[in-house]
Amino acid sequence: MLSTRLASRRLAVPARRWKHTSSRPPLNSVTADDVAHFAKILPQNAILSTLPPSDLHASDIDQYNNDWMGKYHGNSTTVLRPQNTKQVSDIMKWCHERRIGVVPQGGNTGLVGGSVPILDELIINLGNMSKVRSFDPVSGALVADAGCILESLSEHIAPHNHIMPLDLGAKGSCQIGGNVATNAGGLRLLRYGSLHGTVLGLEVVLPDGTVLDNLTTIRKDNTGYDLKQLFIGAEGTLGIITGVSILTPPAPQASTNVILALPRFENVLPVFKTARLHLSEILSAFEFIDREAYDLAVKHGQGKALNEQDVEGAECFVLLETSGGKKEHDEEKLTGLLETLLEADEPLILTGVLSQSPTQFASMWRLREGITESVSKEGKAYKYDISIPLAAFKEVVDLTREHLRKQGLLHEEAVKQVIGYGHVGDGNLHLNVIAAAYTSEIQAALEPFVYELVASYNGSISAEHGLGAMKAHAIHYSKTGVAVDMMKKIKELFDPRGIMNPGKVLEF
Amino acid sequence: MRPTAARLLNILVPVKRCVDYAVKIRVNPQQTGIDTNVKHSMNPFDEIAVEEAVRLRERLKDAVKSIKVVTIGPPKSAETLRTALAMGADSGIHVEIPDSAPSPEPLGVARVLEAIVKRQEGGVDLIIMGKQAIDDDLGQTGQMLAAILGASQATCASKLEVDVEKYVANVRTEIDGGAEELVCKLPAVITTDLRLNEPRYASLPNIMKAKKKPIEKLSASELGVDLTPVLETIKVTEPPKRVGGGKVENVDQLVAKLKEAGFTALST
Ligand SMILES: Cc1cc2nc3c(=O)[nH]c(=O)nc-3n(C[C@H](O)[C@H](O)[C@H](O)COP(=O)(O)OP(=O)(O)OC[C@H]3O[C@@H](n4cnc5c(N)ncnc54)[C@H](O)[C@@H]3O)c2cc1C
Repeated sequence: MLSTRLASRRLAVPARRWKHTSSRPPLNSVTADDVAHFAKILPQNAILSTLPPSDLHASDIDQYNNDWMGKYHGNSTTVLRPQNTKQVSDIMKWCHERRIGVVPQGGNTGLVGGSVPILDELIINLGNMSKVRSFDPVSGALVADAGCILESLSEHIAPHNHIMPLDLGAKGSCQIGGNVATNAGGLRLLRYGSLHGTVLGLEVVLPDGTVLDNLTTIRKDNTGYDLKQLFIGAEGTLGIITGVSILTPPAPQASTNVILALPRFENVLPVFKTARLHLSEILSAFEFIDREAYDLAVKHGQGKALNEQDVEGAECFVLLETSGGKKEHDEEKLTGLLETLLEADEPLILTGVLSQSPTQFASMWRLREGITESVSKEGKAYKYDISIPLAAFKEVVDLTREHLRKQGLLHEEAVKQVIGYGHVGDGNLHLNVIAAAYTSEIQAALEPFVYELVASYNGSISAEHGLGAMKAHAIHYSKTGVAVDMMKKIKELFDPRGIMNPGKVLEF
Repeated sequence: MRPTAARLLNILVPVKRCVDYAVKIRVNPQQTGIDTNVKHSMNPFDEIAVEEAVRLRERLKDAVKSIKVVTIGPPKSAETLRTALAMGADSGIHVEIPDSAPSPEPLGVARVLEAIVKRQEGGVDLIIMGKQAIDDDLGQTGQMLAAILGASQATCASKLEVDVEKYVANVRTEIDGGAEELVCKLPAVITTDLRLNEPRYASLPNIMKAKKKPIEKLSASELGVDLTPVLETIKVTEPPKRVGGGKVENVDQLVAKLKEAGFTALST
């Protein structure tokens, strides 16, 4: 029994990752008996298992085993879809006792392989926990089940003139619990800050089933250690988030956006500085798109392109958004900025467009937000989500491309494109290497190359996507040994049996 | 409306400021209309009309002498004119009506446009306008205007070519189940359909230039037109809420439900 299980494990994992598993605590696979026990906790339709007596086929749970990019594949036999905190707690109690590894899963849009099993861990998908618990239109405090989809929360509070403090391309699928678990950054961070600031409280089921109820809506609370912070960005390795209390800002009464075409990358920094100076508090996003990323989004029909002749020779683009309380006031500021940029002796920009309607506003955002999707349509993506000094954005993309070229890997059958885009305002670059297929050769050419490159700028190898399964082994490029040791102690304290999302963030 | 001497085209494009297409419409509490305190933008069909005029100039070059845009609406409609100017029109006319005035009706608008056409030195050869405005969806103004002017008309255009030499417009129009090719003698009124083109973004340099382009302000009374509505709006309501379906366990229940709802089997 044990040996066949080992054999199936071996098949499931790429050899590279296998060598780290020596210190992994022994965990058990889900058995038919376990499923029978879960049936006492959950209704039948909340249990998807391929174990006998069920006649479900492995392909029926593919969507839970495979990640969004099609890069990471788990071999779980069982997916549970609890509807409330009590059920999650009862499931965890059982898994703790039985030493069954568990993967918490939200919208499964994570980009680092954190949301699918490495082996055959039990998947607990939060999609059925999708109720808004309360909303206070005065303070803006929103309390919701972790499984609420980000976009539906936005829609829920829109009539009250509030918006979610975060926004990202995956908004139609990702869940607030997943957002908190990954400490997602996204497109509004520049304006509203990170989830470490906007999350007011969390309800978490700990690995042994204990419910840690921290679901407060008060803004100030200096009573001891702020435990919720530990779960923000823990990627499901310390507990399952079941409820989130989050502060939502009032909806801006006027917002508009601009796409600027820049002749040279070197102009991004001066444009950014000028924009901050002119726009100050109304600047709500400043996104960078390099030429190849722009062309890719256009190619895949993401939003309407700018006039071709106008953008001839543009080396990169920036998308800038303003949000404020009064249209006339914002327009005046924006016009001032645009005039400065256009009428300088040596103009910093070639041209640009200013949205004239909500429809154009959305279309222009699509050009930026649609890049992630375009990349997946174009090929298989190696995604590096890094923090580096803004001035180095282009250098890093160019160096990576050159490196691949030297290795003979830059051609249609191997690496098709190397592109860069990201959140200038936060110093966060998305370096994407688009390949025809995932191969060990490309992998070896990229890692540790990219990590070492990032470390040479004292950057972070994961700005906002997390470490997941992809970068757990590379944590030391951005964190000291002392820090990693402290993290291990914290993990040990919360999860002594190592059942919570094993192999993610910290290696086994 | 008479042809210009050297057969250089003067194009007129009427544009309307509407509640934006992306905004969710809500009826006001008095049930007299809709909540207009929301985002507005140029009627999408008018945007297509402006785009088409600008493309005509790009193709015909100097043969297009002028592109003039006109709007009839409250003070804020000036923004809509600026957008059209930024897309490439040369000058604008704003027939201003007070914020409090009721929305003008197709016949009134057609009369204002007629008066404007008659005032244009050099005449107007081509009027390109939306087939309808997405706020009231009336879809009559173009036809009325053509009739009043005694000009040719082609509605719901999906393709437009102008033969300056022959002084005709070759138009493909959308009709039920297909398309129709029309040759219209100029002057003509063409109304636009969605497939005609995809409007451009206004570029920043053009937005800046547009600020300096002239806008003439007029009133309906100066033009000798009475915009008092002839239609009376009695009440505006939302469509009935869709009631969600129910689930039945088996065919018998389904049949019972259907019977309950008044459906009976066909007698054979
Ligand atoms: C098109 C696209 C655009 C994106 N843009 C951005 C972006 O701009 N910024 C950004 O930061 N990310 C971005 N991402 C990455 C991703 O969407 C976010 O990280 C998102 O927050 C993940 O949410 P999810 O519900 O899909 O979580 P999943 O993918 O399901 O899970 C992600 C991680 O969180 C854990 N987890 C999920 N739910 C819970 C829970 N309730 N309790 C405990 N742990 C949990 C999982 O175990 C996993 O480790 C993007 C992804 C896509 C596909």
